[in-house]
Amino acid sequence: MPYSPDQLFKTLADPTRRAIFERLCRDGEQTVAALTARAGVSQPAVSKHLGVLKQAGLVLDRHEGRQTHYSAQAAALAPLIDWTREMTGFWQSRFDDLEDLLKRMDQ
Amino acid sequence: MTEDSAETLSVIVEREIPHPPEKIWRALTQPHLIAEWLMKNDFTPVAGHRFKFTADWGAVDCEVTAVEPHRTLSYSWGAFGLASIVTWTLTPSSTGTLLRMEQSGFPADQRQAYQGAKAGWPRFFANLERVLAQAE
Repeated sequence: MPYSPDQLFKTLADPTRRAIFERLCRDGEQTVAALTARAGVSQPAVSKHLGVLKQAGLVLDRHEGRQTHYSAQAAALAPLIDWTREMTGFWQSRFDDLEDLLKRMDQ
Repeated sequence: MTEDSAETLSVIVEREIPHPPEKIWRALTQPHLIAEWLMKNDFTPVAGHRFKFTADWGAVDCEVTAVEPHRTLSYSWGAFGLASIVTWTLTPSSTGTLLRMEQSGFPADQRQAYQGAKAGWPRFFANLERVLAQAE
């Protein structure tokens, strides 16, 4: 059965968190303040989301003076790609078995 | 429907099958037939019915979410802590049936969405392959 990327799923299921991660992927390293300016939620909320992303290995933090810079770790997403690939394979083979069954069934 | 697909990650398998929808529907909804091609189960085609698929590697917790005989069937699919929805669609064709299975992960939560997140997964995954290629 497919690999279980459950923590990634839970982490990215939240649209706000996903958008923060997406922004880091697209625009590169950002501070919490810069992310908050665009996120439409409070700075503590953004920090909390970044903490969850960090736990899932999706972001790295780098301290510089009083600022913390966050960057995306896109390679951590590989299990999601594996999930879609493996589920596609799983369903393709179920379709094969379904077709075999249909051949054996009466009308 | 469009909005849902824009906010979720999907696996889609679609195949032209030379059998009528009614016959395929039986294979999709009768427990002893389902067991022959998918997994052992206690399925009943009634919305709200909770059931399990079981296999030697474990079980999948499900709940029927939509039933429209000979046309569409949906159930939630929970395995290894992942929530997704499996939707079967049967469309009559000149040679039989176009059978489509879509499994969607990451059910959307619009309440938490904000400007910028609206484009959702398609753009995200379009960029992702490129990003992953660079990371390798």
